[in-house]
Order: sequence, then structure tokens, then C-alpha cells
Amino acid sequence: MSDTLKLSQARKGARGVIVRVGDHRHHGQEHAAELERRLLELGFVEGARIELLHEGLFGRDPIALKVDDMRVALRRHEAASLTVRLDTAAI
Amino acid sequence: MDMHVRTARVALVGNPNSGKTALFNALTGAHQKVANYAGVTVERKEGHIRTADGRTMSVLDLPGTYSLRARSPDEEVTRDAVLGKLAGEPTPDVLVAVADATNLRLVLRLVLELKAVGRPMVLALNMYDIAQRQGLRIDLEKLRAELGVPIVTTVATRKRGIDELIAAIDAAAGGLSATAENAWVAPDAEALRGKALEAERIMKACVRPPERPDTLTGRIDSLLLHPVAGLVILLTLLFVMFQAVFTWATPLMDGIEGALGMLGAWVATVMPDGIWQSLIVDGLISGVGSVLVFLPQILILFLFIILLEDFGYMARAAFLMDRIMGGAGLHGRAFIPLLSSFACAIPGVMAARVIDSKRDRLTTIMVAPLMTCSARIPVYTLIIAAFIPNEQVWGFASLQGLVMFGLYAAGILSALVVSFVIRKVFWRGAVEPFMMELPAYKTPDFKSVLFNLWLRARIFLERAGRIILPLMIIVWALSTFPYPPEGATQPAIDYSFAGMMGHALEPIFAPIGFNWQMVIALIPGMAAREVAVAALGTVYAVADPESATSLLGATLAAQWSLATGLAFLAWYVFAPQCVATLGVVKRELNSWKWMWVMVVYMFGLAYLAAFVTYRVAVALGAG
Repeated sequence: MSDTLKLSQARKGARGVIVRVGDHRHHGQEHAAELERRLLELGFVEGARIELLHEGLFGRDPIALKVDDMRVALRRHEAASLTVRLDTAAI
Repeated sequence: MDMHVRTARVALVGNPNSGKTALFNALTGAHQKVANYAGVTVERKEGHIRTADGRTMSVLDLPGTYSLRARSPDEEVTRDAVLGKLAGEPTPDVLVAVADATNLRLVLRLVLELKAVGRPMVLALNMYDIAQRQGLRIDLEKLRAELGVPIVTTVATRKRGIDELIAAIDAAAGGLSATAENAWVAPDAEALRGKALEAERIMKACVRPPERPDTLTGRIDSLLLHPVAGLVILLTLLFVMFQAVFTWATPLMDGIEGALGMLGAWVATVMPDGIWQSLIVDGLISGVGSVLVFLPQILILFLFIILLEDFGYMARAAFLMDRIMGGAGLHGRAFIPLLSSFACAIPGVMAARVIDSKRDRLTTIMVAPLMTCSARIPVYTLIIAAFIPNEQVWGFASLQGLVMFGLYAAGILSALVVSFVIRKVFWRGAVEPFMMELPAYKTPDFKSVLFNLWLRARIFLERAGRIILPLMIIVWALSTFPYPPEGATQPAIDYSFAGMMGHALEPIFAPIGFNWQMVIALIPGMAAREVAVAALGTVYAVADPESATSLLGATLAAQWSLATGLAFLAWYVFAPQCVATLGVVKRELNSWKWMWVMVVYMFGLAYLAAFVTYRVAVALGAG
């Protein structure tokens, strides 16, 4: 699908829905399973609404997100494990 | 078994930022005991509550967690305590799940997980006043039916709902709700997904979104998390904090020093001269005093930290600093411990508990003593005043101030380099994820801030005292025994074990320009860095060096070369001259090995830095 991307590539102001938690090819095997569970525990679950609120100064990293009704900070490195479908209006 | 015969045990479980500790304080008041769990360095907070008919129950405040699947030592304690697997801790009779009523989704998932444990449970919807103010509607009846646990709404900071909560806990402990077998196993990703979806369904069914959602947090964040303005505000805040720590505390510190000096002088007049007087005056009073004197600075620092924490800023500071510190291999959360270390490494090392990952925590603890703690200031001040001319450079800056600044910068820089090296050498490539909740901003509650301040001061004094007292006695004994022979001409310390060690070690220190007097001063200086000043006074037989710093400075300036003075400064940037810190490091990491790694690497750096400084200075003609 053309309108899905990795959350790590999103820019400030992007809104959308998480379509996939996983895809940790950039992480080690054991690490990947652990990361997926941690993301799920922090509310990053398929179907959750996402908005990218703030970016850090250097390399736009880390990022502050709104996940449903709570705020979470994340490095882009971990955000690469999340696939989101952006709202068409926000692209 | 009859539940009413023994004290029922209650455990509080909840997400971080749920107000769990505030609820614990509201339940137990000042009647709480803070200790460590056996074998681990996780804080164990226990208190007692009294039911309406006068029975007592014990309450355990467990570390905040999102899941029983533990990721940090703190969370392991929560898991093991809940499951009754913790050595020396009986299984709790009742679990109280504490929830931030305005942020239910994650805690609902945790509650579903906790249900598998099979213990009676009560759900406390805390911060209910904020939920009501936002117009958030929670269908309590329906939620109760969905979760199958009794629900109580509370406002911990206003002590609302506390009696109802106690009654609900009491009813649950009364054995009416059945205790089932523990069916909890660590969930895999699929199980977590399933529970998350279930929690989402319950949310939709029972909670109507707020009519007046919290927009303030978002607005404050757009300023405080702004890439440029946010950093400027953070730095300004740090500046104010430092000013406060170093200027507000001075009169209090002078007062404590004066009072202890008077106490020592009084003891000296009422006790006969001799070994016991020496032990109490030179060992205990001055030893404990050298720690107590930092209490004002530590209190001011803690006050700032508690206020910022309660306001919700600390997570933002970690966000802003993550990338900057990440370049050196440090975690964003290491920011708070390292900041505390500027006052004293002991609270800094203890504050490293907020870091989930073992490796990041270890790195942080290993570099924390490199931050210039305030015990170095007396040493720096003495040497700088003695050797650095009081001149203006570039028309506005004082040369002495610049040297002081340089010493601070050297500490910070070396901490960054060392953590970078630790990351590269010990665990190449492994990057711990940085992910944390950014809690909604809240106005700190005056009473709970004061309460926490008092609690932390107590913990600091108890811990430091327990470690420092025995060490002080050892150092005192080394510098006192054996007594000088009849008709001795040199100061008494010269004939003691410390003196012997000083003479024996002198050849090792000669290449870095230290004479034997300095080496002797280093030994009592192990007790605490600033004790070296008093020890130098002793070896150079300057009476009362504390009040006659300028006299001691003049003596040193006459006896040492400039190169030696500079080498001594360089030594003190790095040397682990504080057994109390080493003791706390050993406790916190529960490892002798890492404590010795710290000793060796810091002495190594100190020697190297002093060597280079001395040689360069001599080559430039300052020998």
C-alpha cells in the first residue's frame, strides 16, 4: 500500500493508525521478540491512533507521540518496528 | 486458615505515574519503613493501615510496571512479590491495582494480567477528581462487571476514598472472594495483543472520552519539547538549580560545620585526653560531619528533583537529553543521576535506579563519580587559591574561576569519554531501547513534596551513615596508630600506619610530582575528598587548617612547585577518593567486581592525568 510507512520515517504532524507491530529485521532475533512485547505493553498495538507531536533537535530524534490518549517518547530506531497508515489528509 | 488471626498482607501494583506512591502515603501516613529487598537493591516500602474495626494490615508499595513480565530489577521485584516467589516475602493476600483514572488503557491490560495470578484484587481509580474535571465518564458498574473486581475511586492527594478503599481491601481479605491457583505465565506477543484488544473493548464499553480533555499538557509540551526552546529552558533550569545548590546551601553548611566544631570542642573539654576522645572527636564527629555537611545541598537538589518529577518534567528532560547523551553511549534517563552527582555521587548512584536496563544503569553508575561533587570544592579552592594568580583574563573573566570551570568541564568530558569506551569495549552494538511514557503535567502537591523530601533525606542519612561510620573509624585508626615515640619531632600522623604507607608509596607517586606529605594526606583523604585538606594541614603542622585555609595555602605555595599543584588538581578530578561512594556502588550493583573496576580505572585515570599535567608543566618550566 502506498500510504503505509514505517513510523521512523514519519515527520512532525503525521497522524494515522498502527497497522503492524513487528518487522524488526533491523534488530537481532531475541531482541526483536522482546522489543515487540515492550511496544505492545506501552500501548503500541494494531489499531491504535498515532500522532507525531515532537521531534528532537539532532537527527529529529527521539520522537514524542500521542498513542490513543497517552503520550510516549521513542527513538526512531525503535519506531522502525511500527508500520502506520497515515490519514490521507495529513500526507 | 483463619485470615483474621494473622495480619493480612496487601500489595499495591500499578503503572508508573499512576499516583501509586501518593496512594500508599495516604493509606499509611508516616508509618512506613523503607529498606531494601534481600539481595537486591530495589527499595522496599512497607507500611500499615488500620481497618474500621481496629485490625491492622501491612501494605507493600511495589515498583511501578506496565506488565508482570519484568524488564528491570525493579519490575522483577514486582513480579516476584505478586507471585509470592520473593525470598522472605509471603504471598500477598490482596492485590490493589492502582490506576490513573484519566489513563486507563494500559492499566486495564495489567489488571487482566494480574487476574491470572488468582489473588483477590481491588481496583483503585486514582486521580478521580481530574477525570471528573475533564468530564471523563466511567461506568463503574459495568467496569466492575467486566473485570470482576471491586472498584473504589480515590483522590490520594486529598485523602478522598481512602476509607472506602480500606473497607474494600478488608472485605477482599476476608476470604469472600475466592483465591484461585496462580495461572500466570509470561505472555508472548500474541497473548499481549489479545489482552490489549480486550482492554480496548472494555475501554470502549465503559469509558466515555472526556468532554474537556487535557489540552494544557499539549500546549506546555509544544514549548518544553521544542527542539531549541526546550533545550534552552532545560539549560536555564539547570543553571538556576546549580545556583540554588551552591548559594542557598552555604549558610546552612557553615552552620552545620560550626555546630559540629563546637560539639567536638565541647567533647574535648569534658572527656579526658586520650584514645577515646580522639576516636569520638577526630573519628566520629568529624567523620560524620564530613557527610552531614552536604545535607543542605542534597536537600535543595532533591527538592528540585522531586518538584520536577511530580510536575512531570523529568521524562521531558530525558527526551531532550537522550540524543545528546546517547552520542556518548548514555541513556536519556541517566541525566537525573548524573545531575545529582554534582552535589554528591551517593544520591546520584542511588538515583540510577530509574534506569531500566542493567547495562545503562551500570554505565551510569560507573561514570557518576566523575561528576565534580561538592566535596572536591574545598580541595580545588585551596589549591587554586595557592597557585593560580588572581588575575583578570580577556578583560572580564577571573583566571581562578576559569580554572575551576576547566576542572568541572574535565569531569564531564571524561565521563562522556569513559561511558563511550564502556559501551564500545564491554557491550558492542547492544543498544537499549529508549521508550517512556510522557505523563500529563500535574501541579505538585505541597504536602507530598515535603513528605518525600523528608523521606529521601532520611534514606540518605541512614545509608550514608551506615557505610560511613565504620569506614571513618578505620581511616581514623590508620592515621592514629601507632603513637609517635617519645620526643617525636614530626607531626603524629608521620609515625602512624598512614604515615608508613605514605612513605612506602612515595616512589610510586614521585613521577607525578607528589611528595610524601601529599601521599600521606591522600590516605585519610580516602574517607572523603575534602578530608585531604585537613590532612594536609596536619602533615604541614598548620594549626586549625579549616579556619586558616589561607595560611595553609601560603605554606603549600612555598613548599610545592606549580607543576605539583596542578598535578594534584588533575589527580582530584579522577581519583575515587571516597570510600562511601565505593561502598554505595558496591551495594547498588551488588558486585565487588565492578566496584574494583571503578577503583582501578579511576586511580589509573588520576595517575595518568596527574602524570601528564606534571610532565607538561615541568617541560614548560613550572617545575
